[in-house]
Amino acid sequence: MNVTIVDYKSGNISSVINSFKEVAKDKVNIEVTSDLNKIKSSDKVVLPGQGSFKSCIDALNNINGLVDTLNEFAIDNKKPLLGICVGLQMFADVGYEEIETKGLGWISGKVSKIDNQNGKYKLPHIGWNQINIVKRSKILKDIENNSHMYFVHSYEFIPEDKNVISSVTDYSSNIVCSVEKENIFGTQFHPEKSDNLGLKIIDNFINL
Amino acid sequence: MLKNRIIPCLDVKNGRVVKGINFVDLKDAGDPVEQAKIYSDGGADEICFLDITASNENRDTIYDVVEKTSKKCFVPLTVGGGVRSTDDINKLLNCGADKVSINTAAVENPKVVFESSKRFGSQCIVVAIDVKKNRDKWEVFTHGGRNNTGIDAIEFAKKMEDNGAGELLVTSMDRDGTQIGYDIDLISKISLKVNIPLIASGGVGNLDHFVDGIKLGKASAVLAASIFHYGKYSIKEAKEYLKSKNVLVRL
Repeated sequence: MNVTIVDYKSGNISSVINSFKEVAKDKVNIEVTSDLNKIKSSDKVVLPGQGSFKSCIDALNNINGLVDTLNEFAIDNKKPLLGICVGLQMFADVGYEEIETKGLGWISGKVSKIDNQNGKYKLPHIGWNQINIVKRSKILKDIENNSHMYFVHSYEFIPEDKNVISSVTDYSSNIVCSVEKENIFGTQFHPEKSDNLGLKIIDNFINL
Repeated sequence: MLKNRIIPCLDVKNGRVVKGINFVDLKDAGDPVEQAKIYSDGGADEICFLDITASNENRDTIYDVVEKTSKKCFVPLTVGGGVRSTDDINKLLNCGADKVSINTAAVENPKVVFESSKRFGSQCIVVAIDVKKNRDKWEVFTHGGRNNTGIDAIEFAKKMEDNGAGELLVTSMDRDGTQIGYDIDLISKISLKVNIPLIASGGVGNLDHFVDGIKLGKASAVLAASIFHYGKYSIKEAKEYLKSKNVLVRL
């Protein structure tokens, strides 16, 4: 099996690579590339994302044909794809970080700044927070409710259809932590930095 | 609820762990990769490496340490010391650091903070502020605590937030190595001034100091070195103690 981590030259993906390689060992081949043919032929795709919504979307668009290839992979061919952090946020129709920016439009909704309630909540939301599992999700298999995951973000994904939400966490409001829509999966937290439980989520995705 | 983080800091010199008492008197105490792994297995919420002599010595050893550690530890890794430019930050991130802390360069060239937070995201830019009290004013020191800039630490902290820092690591040099506790006055003043998380550092000698740093200092995270390093307390003991004092921690 081939799992491709999309390297679209935005942000730091070393930790994502290290964690997938740790979980995959020699059983699964982990590719790190933006090569369109390699993405097309892979079994699963991981879309990481760090920095701003706009900078990530811009970086995707900077690679000719990448967005079309990802659309073909996830929407037309319905192959499993995992978005992490801004990778998840980009599933939305629109993001409001820096400037209004069009997203991939895979899961209807928007990405807005977390309400800090006049400074009551520090932003970014950095650290370990508990996830409240609201719906069974394949990537959360064997993950207990209220498990701690590592978060670093100031913006949150607000999907229109709440049925896609598989877990939320309490920070100012109920923030979406993970989504599942058919073959499309996403985590707002960083499984690659969430110690053994995070590695378990990566393992669940690899073993889908 | 978001948990308060406990962050063990490993001071690294030439690829080996050391910890200074008031920035001098170094004691060699181990391999950083193994130490980091012990801490992450023990429940550390984050690991911090500080390359203490990086400003004036060959620092390639730290890249090797970061690369090896990031393949073994799957909790966030913050690396600082001698970071001068966005290229230095890029190199550390590529080696597997999750956050990079900037100290001297943030004072001398605040643009580095602005540009690097734009390029890599605020989430990975930590500004480390070394502070010493001078009568009624807290002043920012650079170059590993050797140079007094005379800059007001509280104003500087706010300025760094405005420049795009994602977090502040505030070290009281008066307290560092003394084991008499954080400078709570300093920590709380800065924490109330900014809307980004603050990591308190410098002076931990017992577990109540962590409680004070969080409850009185309003720090989001507490950092310590010697208290963990010489085995006085384990991370788990620290967290269990904090929990018994009604501080929210990940256990």
